[in-house]
Amino acid sequence: MSTSVSSISNPKLSLNILTEGDIRQIHSATLEVIESVGVKFPSPKALDILKAHGAKVDHETMVARISGDVIETCLAKAPPIFTLAAIDPDLDLPLDGNHSYLGTDGCGVEIIDAFSGECRRSNKQDVYDVARVADDLDAIAFHWVPISAQDCPPESRGLHELEAIWTVSKKHAQTETILDERQMRAAIEMAALLAGGKGELRKRPLLSIMQCTISPLAHDTGSLEAGLIAAEAGLPVGFMTMASCASTGPTTLAGNLVVGNAEVISALALMQMAYPGCPVYYAAAQTAMDLRTGAYTGGGPEDFLFGAATNLLADFYNVPLSMGAFATGAKEPNWQAAVDNSFSSFMAVSTLSDMLLGAGLLHGSRIFSYEMLLMDAEIWSILHAMFKGIDVNEETLALDAIREVGPGGTFLTHSHTVEHLGQLWLPTLMDRRTYSAWQVKRDGAREWALSRARQILSQEPLESLDPALKIEFEKIIETVEQG
Amino acid sequence: MSEDLLAEITESVIGGEPETVIALTRQALEMGLEPMEIINQGLVPGMDIAGEKFSRGEFFLPHLLIAAKGMQNAMELLEPELVARKQTFKSVGTVVIGTVQGDIHEIGKSLVGTMLSANGFKVHDLGVDVRIENFVSKIEETRADIVGLSALLTTTMIGQREVIEALVEAGLRDRVKVLVGGAPVSQSWAEEIGADGYAEDATGAIQVAQKLMGAKS
Ligand code: B12
Repeated sequence: MSTSVSSISNPKLSLNILTEGDIRQIHSATLEVIESVGVKFPSPKALDILKAHGAKVDHETMVARISGDVIETCLAKAPPIFTLAAIDPDLDLPLDGNHSYLGTDGCGVEIIDAFSGECRRSNKQDVYDVARVADDLDAIAFHWVPISAQDCPPESRGLHELEAIWTVSKKHAQTETILDERQMRAAIEMAALLAGGKGELRKRPLLSIMQCTISPLAHDTGSLEAGLIAAEAGLPVGFMTMASCASTGPTTLAGNLVVGNAEVISALALMQMAYPGCPVYYAAAQTAMDLRTGAYTGGGPEDFLFGAATNLLADFYNVPLSMGAFATGAKEPNWQAAVDNSFSSFMAVSTLSDMLLGAGLLHGSRIFSYEMLLMDAEIWSILHAMFKGIDVNEETLALDAIREVGPGGTFLTHSHTVEHLGQLWLPTLMDRRTYSAWQVKRDGAREWALSRARQILSQEPLESLDPALKIEFEKIIETVEQG
Repeated sequence: MSEDLLAEITESVIGGEPETVIALTRQALEMGLEPMEIINQGLVPGMDIAGEKFSRGEFFLPHLLIAAKGMQNAMELLEPELVARKQTFKSVGTVVIGTVQGDIHEIGKSLVGTMLSANGFKVHDLGVDVRIENFVSKIEETRADIVGLSALLTTTMIGQREVIEALVEAGLRDRVKVLVGGAPVSQSWAEEIGADGYAEDATGAIQVAQKLMGAKS
């Protein structure tokens, strides 16, 4: 079990991607869209709340037009800072604008089996196993449900997935697979048991919720209603736009940001209308459609730019951001995967996006690979080292050491060298051997990543969940299954 | 003169000007051209050329879809004229398509639908989150040859099986071929639930649909 998480904080690198003026223009365009075009909220419950707050509601089309003032006033109620609590408080994740955390990706549909290598449909045991490996990695700060527990009934699947994760890990969990009121209430009940009561859960939310918007300019009934229930219980709720250039959003990147922004902030405003001051976050994974096939790309320069730009919007609204990164479309952990995942994560961290999703999936978030998970963790460790930047001070300028070593000498044996060795990055998956050493097995990152995962999986599972709670969880799940 | 107009219609389909396609089609009708002539010598060649350009990589998806939209709009205008003449434009086959209940993923399903209609199928798109009985009644009403079921969630793919079961119950299973697709769907799932075909993308969907039509006739 990991006892710490590796977050990126106090970054020394930054990126200028949008000016303050740009952000203001995107913001005003967004308000104009929400006010004049409107956003579809296909939930009578949501429409009633919006109407009570002055929105113009068309009950037939379910489109609400909300004035810019109302949106701004509501957003101002959202807490700028809150903590994603972990079962082990040492693993808490303060979302204070000064940290980037990496989570696993979700929710895949197939898994490349760690032992047989077969790509097959995922099940509950896989959720449990992936959580064990993710728990072991310091780079992974929180869990998303990584893959679907397809051997469990659809009506309770989201709960089985959470149970599997909580059985073996004390890190924070975030889920995107709970889309209906009944499962949401049950998930809250489970989380409350874990936290020691509903009041405790509100103080220390061990679970956070992610819902999607439907680009362009619409929301989903189940997602809205489940989101409202989570917000009522004080669980952090985020709404994710996946506006895609040229299909569900304009081709132009700025226009795409406007469409996605309108969806996200209209949903966050709704949460604030219903439960003022409830913790909410911005979530996004915009992309560009593949021009030849219409496919979801999950990589490419547009994705990378969105990755950096979106946090500026979230900062403007003073709420944390959960940003889709590491979402390569590659079919194996290969060159494309490394390019996609390095750029996307670099860009998102460059503006200090609070949460990054997510490590481990291939084929546009569809296939889980242990190799990819370990490789993504290594990319994270490179970022961690890079964003420390270059410290310039008396000690790091090393004048004394330079003087003592002098022309033609060596730093290898100097005490200054040894004192600062810890600052140099050490790979676990990069091949820095000789050519002949490589020739023996012609192995590399993929084999090493897999063997590390197998090693973790071969250990006796450490179930940290109290068996009495597990029994309670099973009862709750059973009740949901019995309708 | 009429040849020029038909050529212009072809051009406007390829050029992606749905409004112009409509205007020219109306003009052609007013000039007394036969609807069949407009379809076979104006619209269809335009769609064929757009399709070829797309396969060659000269056209991107939006070009192709705008061309299809132009053609579709014109067909709507021509439909009543055909009916008045007791004629029917013979489509390759009739397809009912939709995303199963509980699932709101639309992009892939609509793409498959549009590409099928661009390839000569008559497509009835029921949208997303479609109830089982709506599939059944639409299949009955349109005497569809094929039903396309899209599911993007592991929790909703089960809906594909339920539609198949409902078709058996309604006594329609022998009359309609079932085609399935979507992110979590695979050939083995298609076989498991007794579907007739599976395709991973829209191009594949057209090929499988054409094959199923061949098997039917
Ligand atoms: C875009 C997207 C969305 C958009 C959809 C926008 C829209 N208007 O359709 C939004 C943001 C709304 C969305 C919402 C959700 N999504 Co979503 N989404 C995706 C994503 C990234 C791409 C889908 C897409 O549009 N691809 C582009 C099109 C062109 O491809 P396609 O859909 O696959 O279709 C092609 C083929 O599959 C095939 N095909 C499709 N249908 C058919 C039908 C037939 C008959 C045939 C022959 C072929 C065929 O041909 C198509 C064209 O080439 C996928 C991941 C992925 N890579 O697939 C997740 C994904 C499907 N979504 C997922 C989830 C979880 C959700 C949500 C539940 C999230 C939430 N908490 O709100 C909600 C769903 C709510 C609901 N009730 O349905 C998961 C499903 C996981 C699972 N285990 O089930 C996925 C896999 C992502 C992930 N890893 O988390 N999503």
